Amino acid sequence: MNGNGDRAPAVSLRGVSQVFTVRGGGRVAALDEIDLRVEPGEFVSLIGPSGCGKSTLLRVIGDLIRPIGGEVQVNGKPAHQARLDRDYGIVFQDAVLYDWRTVARNIGLPLEMLGWERERRSARVREMLELVELTGFEQHHPWQLSGGMQQRVAIARALSFSPALLLMDEPFGALDEMTRERLNNELLRIWERSKSTIVFVTHSIAEAVFLSTRVVVMSARPGRIVDVVDVGLPQPRMAETRVEPRFFELVKEVRELLHRGAPEVFEGPPADQPLPEAELLAAEEER
Amino acid sequence: MSAIVQALPPETLRRRIGHRLRDWAPAALVLVMALVAWEVLVRALGIQRFLLPKPSEILDALVRDRKLLVDAGLFTFREALGGFAMGTLAGVGLALVLARWRRLGSALMPYAIAANAVPIIAFAPIMNNWFGTLNPVSKMAIVAVIVVFPVMINTLRGLTSVRPEQIELMRSYAAGQRAIFRRVRIPTALPYLFSALKVASVLSMIGAVVGEYFGGSTTALGPIIRNSASLFVFDRAWAAIVVASVLGVAFYLAIVVAERFAMRWHPSVRGHT
Ligand SMILES: Nc1ncnc2c1ncn2[C@@H]1O[C@H](COP(=O)(O)OP(=O)(O)O)[C@@H](O)[C@H]1O
Ligand SMILES: [Mg+2]
Repeated sequence: MNGNGDRAPAVSLRGVSQVFTVRGGGRVAALDEIDLRVEPGEFVSLIGPSGCGKSTLLRVIGDLIRPIGGEVQVNGKPAHQARLDRDYGIVFQDAVLYDWRTVARNIGLPLEMLGWERERRSARVREMLELVELTGFEQHHPWQLSGGMQQRVAIARALSFSPALLLMDEPFGALDEMTRERLNNELLRIWERSKSTIVFVTHSIAEAVFLSTRVVVMSARPGRIVDVVDVGLPQPRMAETRVEPRFFELVKEVRELLHRGAPEVFEGPPADQPLPEAELLAAEEER
Repeated sequence: MSAIVQALPPETLRRRIGHRLRDWAPAALVLVMALVAWEVLVRALGIQRFLLPKPSEILDALVRDRKLLVDAGLFTFREALGGFAMGTLAGVGLALVLARWRRLGSALMPYAIAANAVPIIAFAPIMNNWFGTLNPVSKMAIVAVIVVFPVMINTLRGLTSVRPEQIELMRSYAAGQRAIFRRVRIPTALPYLFSALKVASVLSMIGAVVGEYFGGSTTALGPIIRNSASLFVFDRAWAAIVVASVLGVAFYLAIVVAERFAMRWHPSVRGHT
């Protein structure tokens, strides 16, 4: 976290709500009155039960969904303008690579969209390949890579144009524990070096605590912020960080908050299922 | 770790040809055996010429009437190709419009599907009326109408079967509809388009020959088949059918080659299967 007070926040959400109308007329309250401020240079993780609106929140920040209520600002401007200015890079849970493009051309896609010259583009792509340790694979196609390698391509692509803000939606969710820990370390290295801001969705408590400066704990239906945990572990984070007593305390704290936010998580309807209308209304009356 | 997945060295040309020969040998053998069986059976059972001529007689007719058959074949093929081009252009153009303006698409789609089920060849006499029986455009029009719907429906399905995240990613780069079509929707639709073109290539030869049965230039495969059959020159009728079949297969294969070229990146093209 840097204490530069007069810079505009990287992300500022005020009273953001989102309701989805699903087929058959049902409505799902995905986000309810979310307030959140992320300062430049922060690494903020969102954690919560599945279906609590983490992905929706990320899409709202990226102006990929316009919420029904509230105000969203990115880098001190409306989210829509920030998107048009290409202020952020996004990484989804699946790598979302374009099969007809080689690794190099996938990484260079945002640069193409920015109108960079070919030379400048390929120089940057080479740099990025080095950064994510994929040199030698530039002419491969996505389906020729393992899942971990594909995800590294997606990360390289999001970083290629040096956006000030990185939005990452469970980017390592589908990877094995070993790969995941290695990519965690790589991501921290990149974050430290680039001084960017990261909003990171995960469902791993340990991952959230290890990576973040702050952990935002959410509850489901409607998606709300239960609490925000200041991590405050020393930087830079290293393998030893994971065995510090303070690390375990923080993990325990986040876990308890998660359970407080979702006491009935195993009794409610399965996650990702729209709520029946009656329950939705009850949930709405609650506030 | 970069040593784990390295591209295999490219196959040598000779090995590739060797593979090809091995792949195709069984099929070629079947063809030869079928022709021999046909010849032997027709002789042994004494089947009348007008029911089924021997392959050797068809071959004789092919050689004897080669000038007429080549001219007729080219004429008919040109009709098929012209109609194919018109129908494909219209089909792809319509698909682009309907994919871009989804409302319009859902309003028109039921009619497109219904139109696809209409036996379009029944319109052949009408087309002769509109464009002139002797004018090859009348045959091209039939072919175009036959081809347009499968091409449109398939291409539209391809253009709209993009994963939402692939669009969201483009929007995060502030991409407009144009860029999204060019860089995501159209590449995604290519496999669908080519499977439609393969069907269309076959349909267009059928459409051209059958369209010709309803009148037109006599130096064309349809009239040759029809007239030779009614004059009991069955070997020539069969020879013309062989020419039509060869042209149809060649057209199909040309599309396959174009597909492999346009989708060099595709796993089915890259891999050795
Ligand atoms: N496009 C959509 N249409 C309808 N419902 C949606 C849509 N996107 C998300 N939802 C619903 O909103 C809720 C929150 O979803 P999401 O943000 O994906 O949760 P998370 O990422 O935390 O698992 C879920 O109940 C989900 O079913
Ligand atoms: Mg999600």
